[in-house]
Amino acid sequence: MKRAGVVALNTFREAVRDRVLYNLLFFALVMMAASIIAGQISIGIEQTVIVTLGLSAISLIGLLISVFIGVGLVSKEMDKRTLYALLAKPVRRWEFLLGKFGGLVLTLAVNTAAMGLGLFLALMYAKQTLERGDATVFVAVYFIWLKLALVVALALLFSCFTTPLLAILFTAGVYIVGLYVQELRNMPMQVMSPGMTAFTKWLSYLLPNFENFNIMAMAAHSRQVPGKLIVQNTLYTAIYCAIVLTGAILVFSRRNLK
Amino acid sequence: MKTAKTIVLVLVILQAGFLGIWKLQHTIDKQRAALTEERDYVLLSSAKLLKAVSLEYAPLMADFYWTRVVQFYGNKHVRGDANLEELWPLLDITTTLDPNLIVAYRFGAIFLSQRGIKANPDYWRLYEDLGFIYYMDMKDYKKASEAFLEGSKNPKALIWMKIMAAKIAAEGESYETSFFLWNDVYTATRDPKIKENAKAHLQLLKAHEDCRQLDLLADQYAKRFGHRPKRISELVQAGMISAMPVDPLGYTYVFDDNGKAALNLNSPLLEKQLFFERFK
Amino acid sequence: MHAPAIETENLTKEYPHGFLNLKKKTSLEGLNMQVDEGEIFGFIGPNGAGKTTAIKLLMRLIFPTAGSARILGKPISDIEMHRDVGYLPEQPFFYDYLTAEELLDYFARIHDLTASDRKERVQQMLKKVGLETAGKIQLRKYSKGMLQRVGMAQAILHDPKVVILDEPMSGLDPVGRREVRDIILALKREGKTVMFSTHILSDAEMLCDRVGVIVGGKLRGVGAPEQLVDVKTQSMEIFFELTGQSTAPLLAKATRTGDRYRLQVPEAELYGAIEQVRAAGARILSVTPVRATLEEFFMNLVGADGAQAAAVEVSGK
Repeated sequence: MKRAGVVALNTFREAVRDRVLYNLLFFALVMMAASIIAGQISIGIEQTVIVTLGLSAISLIGLLISVFIGVGLVSKEMDKRTLYALLAKPVRRWEFLLGKFGGLVLTLAVNTAAMGLGLFLALMYAKQTLERGDATVFVAVYFIWLKLALVVALALLFSCFTTPLLAILFTAGVYIVGLYVQELRNMPMQVMSPGMTAFTKWLSYLLPNFENFNIMAMAAHSRQVPGKLIVQNTLYTAIYCAIVLTGAILVFSRRNLK
Repeated sequence: MKTAKTIVLVLVILQAGFLGIWKLQHTIDKQRAALTEERDYVLLSSAKLLKAVSLEYAPLMADFYWTRVVQFYGNKHVRGDANLEELWPLLDITTTLDPNLIVAYRFGAIFLSQRGIKANPDYWRLYEDLGFIYYMDMKDYKKASEAFLEGSKNPKALIWMKIMAAKIAAEGESYETSFFLWNDVYTATRDPKIKENAKAHLQLLKAHEDCRQLDLLADQYAKRFGHRPKRISELVQAGMISAMPVDPLGYTYVFDDNGKAALNLNSPLLEKQLFFERFK
Repeated sequence: MHAPAIETENLTKEYPHGFLNLKKKTSLEGLNMQVDEGEIFGFIGPNGAGKTTAIKLLMRLIFPTAGSARILGKPISDIEMHRDVGYLPEQPFFYDYLTAEELLDYFARIHDLTASDRKERVQQMLKKVGLETAGKIQLRKYSKGMLQRVGMAQAILHDPKVVILDEPMSGLDPVGRREVRDIILALKREGKTVMFSTHILSDAEMLCDRVGVIVGGKLRGVGAPEQLVDVKTQSMEIFFELTGQSTAPLLAKATRTGDRYRLQVPEAELYGAIEQVRAAGARILSVTPVRATLEEFFMNLVGADGAQAAAVEVSGK
């Protein structure tokens, strides 16, 4: 487990050295633009504009990082054979995999936290006075981070048994489907046969539900989020990541490196 | 040995994990429902703009929006929310993006006539339109029957509104409603032709109901004796009914080749039944 | 009784390929061998013969289709085995965003070395492979030869008992090769076991206590280099200078470059040949034994096997 930590820190260092965190500059520009635009649109929806634009940017940037780097975490090391020297050392393959996962999630934590802070500053600038509900922005950012961790786990799983390009497609696919599983479940019953209904219902619980993490509208209107939901979502992510990573480890432990 | 252990461990993790996810998702759903967020708003309400933005994928986007329509309507319906204002822009966008998506128009027609009824409750013909859409397009007999019945309550409404309601209720297999409505038509009308027609329908409904009862008895008979009865008289012999049952015109029922209770071939009702069935 | 340092039993690796992976390509077939503690063992064969496959099987980078192997008496599936083994991959490539120091420090952490140990070992290793001045440069700026040295450094970083090197000399200039040779010999002096693969025969001949020759996925012979060949067949090369023309029959067999000639003769005929050359009025520049001994053995094997001859780089000359 200690070795997983060592691998994680190195993965974090890689992300930093590969200038992944430069996206923060881009985000800063988006936030500045949002603040200016918000100032020019009529009073009252400034907050909505800033929060929705900011959260969307955080989510989108995070998704790009987690899909593309997440898929590359293992496949790049296999491709460049940097993995060989490492795995010949007393490192178990699951330790390596967990380390890689942890490293990127750590990177995303730093990245997302920085962006969240930026968003909050922009909000402060626009609103002047803050109310308690404004803290929901932080909850929303936390939820985005949870979501990203889940995406990284999926990317890692797919990259363990298929080509990087396909892994990217699969990950993006599961993410998009995951946004709509809620809809899948609420489908009016008369549209489908009972068998179909049962199947979609079953599927909707098997797939990750990314809509769980979406509280953008609440954040935009400064509504408070109950603490229970935070706990539940955290637990949800932890369990789901554990499932996906178990699968990834299972595949990766048996894999012959070319 | 070791691999077997690992496999078991992994299976346990997966099983327990998904069970946990299942439970958790339910609680999260409850949590979120309790928050009663209003997240149904339409992001882009200009259909033209959206069509331009969606490039060559407009039909795909139309499908997407159509799903949103159904979704939106379904959600509102489940919640019993009558405010369907957002449906209009959704439908507008859907049909602009894909002008050939017939199902959206049909659905829209219902929505529109409902809106019309709300604004003009005295104009009974809107109920007629709504009823027909439900009946012809959606095949939703219960809703269609309800619509016709609602419209027929208007004093200006023509008698056939009630007839339609009754007819459709029968098709939707709700005999009591149908019986009640035909009876109503029978007593209310002065037109001898309509009266005659209503009477025939009532007799047929009675016969239909009788046959259903006989089939149930035949099922019981089969359970008791191990074979289905070939003649009605067997039911009498078994003591399940006291006398030979007859249809409203006095003809005994028979079991047909499939073992189902049916009208006697000699009964004049049979001809009427075939006649009506042709117009279904 | 000491367990051998490395021991394999019927080690076999098949790769599925072709349509639906229905066909099987055997890249290593029933490898049985032993490397004793403290010896330098050379694994030689042409490219694609199965050397790398065998080494990767030993390091658990790939998994055998059949057979087993033990290192220092432990089955290779035992993770503890890796503590005492150093490994240099073929054409090593490392995280290019790290400096050599950082990379070695990273690997040292993986090996659970303490902070002070790490610092000391890293500097020691960099010095050993001649990179002490380049330790703070990112690996992306390294040449192939420098990467090879870093690879050497990480392989022996944790003072392993067994060192397995996959083509340690490839991509190095003559100076670099010499340094690697020195490191290998130093390891032997320290009592380590070294197994390395190469397709360059002179390296193996110079260093190895024993060699194993592998061709087409099969081990064709194991033994001391001199055992594998008949020493008597060794030939000698006479290098001489001759201005003007001569009609001596022996000269017709020599290869000529300007005024200089090279002539290869069997060892038994050496003195007669020298006399003939001198009689022709030539000035003899050198007489050297042609170290083609192992090479011939090798060529015979490969020749018997056919097509692969072209893949062999015969010597490091």
